[in-house]
Amino acid sequence: MLQEITTTRHNPHIDPFVHVWGWEIPIYLFLGGMVAGMMIISGYFLFSKRYKDTTCSCFTIPLIGVAFLSIGMFALFLDLEHKFYFWRLYTTFRISSPMSWGAWILVLVYPVIIVNFLINPPEIIVRRFPKLNLITSYINEHPKLIQNIGITNMLIGSALGIYTGILLSTMGARPLWNSSMLAVLFLVSGLSTAAAFVHMISKSQYEKELLAKADNGFLVIELFVIMLFLIGLSTSSAVHMNAARLLITGEYAPQFWTFVIGTGIILPLIIQLLAVNKKIKHNPIAPILVIIGGLILRFIIVYAGQYSHYINAHFK
Amino acid sequence: MARYGMVIDTKKCVGCMDCVVACKTENNVPEGYNRDWIVQVANGKFPYINLEIQSQRCNHCDNTPCVSCCPTGASHVHEIGKVVLVDHEVCIGCKACIAACPYDARFIHPDGYADKCTFCIHRVEKGELPACVSVCPTHCMYFGDLDDPNSEVSKLLASRKYHVLLPEAGTSPRIFYLI
Amino acid sequence: MNSISRRKFLKITGFTVGAATASTALGPIVKGAKKLEEKSIKGIKKIPTYCDICFWKCGAIAYVKDGILWKIEGNPDDPLSRGRLCPRGTGGIGAHFDPDRLRAPLIRTRKRGEEVWREVTWDEALDFIANKMKKIKEIYGPESVASFSHGIGGNFIKHMLKAYGAVNFAAPSFAQCRGPRDVGFELTFGENVGSPERTDIENTKCLVLIGSHLGENMHNSQVQEFAHAIENDATIIVVDPRFSIAASKAKYYLPIKPGTDIALLLAWMNVIVSEKLYDENYVRKYGFGFEQFSVEISQYTPEWAYPETGIKPDLIRITAREMAKNKPATIIHPGRHATWYGDDTQRSRAIALLNALLGSWGRKGGFFFPVSYSLPPYPYPPYPTPTKEKLDNPNNKYPFASEEITNGIREATITGKPYPIKGWFVYATNLIHALPNEEETIKAIQNLDLLVVIDVIPSEIAGWADVVLPETVYLERYDELHTSAFKEPFVGIRQPVVDPPADQKPNWWIAKKLAEKLGLGQYFPWNHIEEYLDYRLKAAGLSLEELKQKGIIKGQKQPIYIEEGIEPEFATPSGKIEFYSTQLLQAGFDPVPRYKRPQEPPAGYYRLLFGRAPVHSFSRTQSNPILMDMMDENEVWINYDIAQKWGIKTGQYIRLKNQDGIVSNKIKVKATERIRPDCVYLVHGFGHNSKMLKRAYQKGASDSQLITKYEIDPIMGGTGMNVNFVTFELEV
Repeated sequence: MLQEITTTRHNPHIDPFVHVWGWEIPIYLFLGGMVAGMMIISGYFLFSKRYKDTTCSCFTIPLIGVAFLSIGMFALFLDLEHKFYFWRLYTTFRISSPMSWGAWILVLVYPVIIVNFLINPPEIIVRRFPKLNLITSYINEHPKLIQNIGITNMLIGSALGIYTGILLSTMGARPLWNSSMLAVLFLVSGLSTAAAFVHMISKSQYEKELLAKADNGFLVIELFVIMLFLIGLSTSSAVHMNAARLLITGEYAPQFWTFVIGTGIILPLIIQLLAVNKKIKHNPIAPILVIIGGLILRFIIVYAGQYSHYINAHFK
Repeated sequence: MARYGMVIDTKKCVGCMDCVVACKTENNVPEGYNRDWIVQVANGKFPYINLEIQSQRCNHCDNTPCVSCCPTGASHVHEIGKVVLVDHEVCIGCKACIAACPYDARFIHPDGYADKCTFCIHRVEKGELPACVSVCPTHCMYFGDLDDPNSEVSKLLASRKYHVLLPEAGTSPRIFYLI
Repeated sequence: MNSISRRKFLKITGFTVGAATASTALGPIVKGAKKLEEKSIKGIKKIPTYCDICFWKCGAIAYVKDGILWKIEGNPDDPLSRGRLCPRGTGGIGAHFDPDRLRAPLIRTRKRGEEVWREVTWDEALDFIANKMKKIKEIYGPESVASFSHGIGGNFIKHMLKAYGAVNFAAPSFAQCRGPRDVGFELTFGENVGSPERTDIENTKCLVLIGSHLGENMHNSQVQEFAHAIENDATIIVVDPRFSIAASKAKYYLPIKPGTDIALLLAWMNVIVSEKLYDENYVRKYGFGFEQFSVEISQYTPEWAYPETGIKPDLIRITAREMAKNKPATIIHPGRHATWYGDDTQRSRAIALLNALLGSWGRKGGFFFPVSYSLPPYPYPPYPTPTKEKLDNPNNKYPFASEEITNGIREATITGKPYPIKGWFVYATNLIHALPNEEETIKAIQNLDLLVVIDVIPSEIAGWADVVLPETVYLERYDELHTSAFKEPFVGIRQPVVDPPADQKPNWWIAKKLAEKLGLGQYFPWNHIEEYLDYRLKAAGLSLEELKQKGIIKGQKQPIYIEEGIEPEFATPSGKIEFYSTQLLQAGFDPVPRYKRPQEPPAGYYRLLFGRAPVHSFSRTQSNPILMDMMDENEVWINYDIAQKWGIKTGQYIRLKNQDGIVSNKIKVKATERIRPDCVYLVHGFGHNSKMLKRAYQKGASDSQLITKYEIDPIMGGTGMNVNFVTFELEV
């Protein structure tokens, strides 16, 4: 035996290895990422004036987005240990803290999504709040405004998606997270899960088709990003190599290869390619797999990341 | 302006945990939690063994990832001695600082806030040494101003070989281990 | 500390103080340290006392914040603690908060050992005891009540028992601990090394530790001086089958085969004598029988010792020369727990002789002559004259026993010879863990008409008692004055710091009340211990008031080294240091120590060794919530290669089974390079089986349980306990 390291420390959730973030944070990051993707997709269609053919993306999804984001934020709230001090987030802005950025981005996300869905609010809501019609008509009288709403959604959506990755990647103490590729990865994964979601629920065959194609693109990009992410870590310092090993061959490899790469990217990619090429019918299997893959990706990154550590910073 | 740090002589330290116990009673650290702890690193094959004993705690780094990532400013560098502290009434318990610390020096206090070593700033303010330093039966711990070339800690660092923990983490820790 | 009220204190957040604890979220926040300061001074009381977590008795200052015990620090005036307590002392406040503490007197209602009790009043408990004692006195005589105790707290109980007519008083600290060492030194120098030991480690230039694990064994002043010696660049030589903490500080580490220390000591002396490295003047002036000794020693060359000890001849020579180079400021440490193999007195004598060769007895950096504060005793009436002799050592079977032998009393209790023992008083010592072979202890207990246990926690022995009397912990009581002999004379006081949490009473109160019930009130003429203490202090020109305030009062400095003008005297038959002991020869023992090869462990078995942890004292602190938090179970150290052979990994639980088939509680494995392959090691005191010790119950394993075999030292009756072998049971 070469080295024996022992410690007397036994702090809950710290020893024998850090596990301060449970299910709440991956759920939050996943939903945040998906909502970001939804905003970008919707924004893009608004901006490119295709919203008449993509009503699901542009007008149904924002409503669902608000719900998802709220669930995500509730999960985040559940994770806070000093819950009734959460308002402290909004008494300050810390430029160096991604979490502070996130808190304020979330404040911007709500009005932006809401304005989006007010372009064409559902009947039930309009019947309840007839005054909304005033806003809706005002927006619809200004096509440029709709485009601007699209741009804003894309911008804020991107900010949200990137933030979910940056939040982790600035944690220098956790080598697995220590790559800015993580921001890109979470953004692309957010886009792919959002596209999959639209693909799944849209009633329009045109929109389904469009989003399936888009999703295929996102999945391919995601695959590349994951590759780059792992290459980056594997060619860095020893601690980063160890961190990459956790996913490639280590403790988290089985889940990673099976659910993130296998059934989360490759399999749905094949199914959707077949569907797009009319070999099979569009079906919800592929998008569900993509969404599950995205969720498990967040879990693996959050859990394995907490586990990853500096050499000699760990005791068994 | 002082910049407090600690110098710990691993040659004298016997790892008795008196520093841990003293911290517990001084700061009322709840059962099951540690603000400081002992690490033993043994290398070699019997009977040729090298054993280093380290009394570890928050390193009160010069470069503070825990402060940078804090969304509320609860984690802050205090004006006195540049000691890293957590304001319990401002902390929301988001645990970002815990994830950001390469030393795993922080934990969530049962009352919900992030907690860790304070260098016993409440004692230092009164001209006393931190509890761990003042209790150590081997006198292996030294505390003082690293910016003052005449301080005991500065003189020890100038005259003895030392190392810090995880220098590769880039945090510029302010606890030095004499070897 | 989660569960107890200490947490309700003012929260300190750097400098931020929540003005109201409950409604801080929206309440005003007061910045600045001033507020905190004011509040602190208002609520904090500092009360000096001395520690009782071990026998070292360090002077301390306890802090009480808003009426609640907060912390305890060393008293800077105390020559022992020098302002710094050891971890056990610092965690001593946990003794007050221990939720498992005995709270009320208990009388047994079911069979012994079943731990079923009835809570009774003190009056009822003491009446019960007094009646039984009267009956024993009537039928068997008062000598049939024996007592076992540990520590200064037992003094008043012993006084009460002496007044009653008892003669058999023993403490495991002799025959299970330092006895052989004391006798070995007495046979050589005419006096022993005392407690605290008279080792001048602070000034030593070469310190040799044989099995002594300073640093893990936290005898405060010694550890402080040990660190000082390291700082002074003293040469440290450590002889231990285990790479101890002390070994990591050593220039020379000798990984000796267990049980062969005498061979090493003889070889060292051989080198020093044959190379004429000893202190010739000193030996000539103070020594007796050096010629016979040097003839005898000439046969023990390092080459002879090598196959026995596993220590290479070169290393033996180099270390011997190193010791000689630094003489007389060389200490071959006598150790403390010395009951290892049954030839321990001779090993201790060999240590004494090696020190004598180097002239370190009485010299600076060696062994100083301790001084103590003299306080006149309290004028009690004389004790009744006993009609029977002590029975722990019948017919002087162990001719050089200088204190009473616990296992002798146990033996007599079992056999009823030379006369029956029918009552035991056990004060603050857990006999089940302290004496080897638990079965014999239980057998003895079954012959008793009365077993009284006075303690603060429900230890295993309390589980066997007929009556359990809950004592206040040291932080809640007065005790006898402390006047240990050390480098300078001092007197220290123990005084109440906080109130006991329930109906616990101090030992002096228990002794006095029981004496009154026995009709022996005249032996306690004072109403309160304060009167007793004040009387003794006044007789020495001091006052209780003053001592209560200072905690420690020091006397005039006195010379403690030969260099300071002391002319040493040796209370041996020759009046000199006995290199050759005619009194040993006359009693049929070796006049110069001889080596006896230890028994080898059978195949698949490993010698069981045990020692101390810095955060626990004996088996008495495992339920202390602070110390338990530091270490709540022990581990068994197994050599890494052996563990691999067995397929055992660090952190895994196994059981140990000894040569007699006794199986331990489950215990965690520490597979380590820090121990020889032929032995295993565990920290003593764990593996409690007393159900009343809820939080320590069955945590770790007990070495005592596995020590069914013991080798009695024929010179003084001590029980060598390192003669047991264990194997591993992987099924837990």
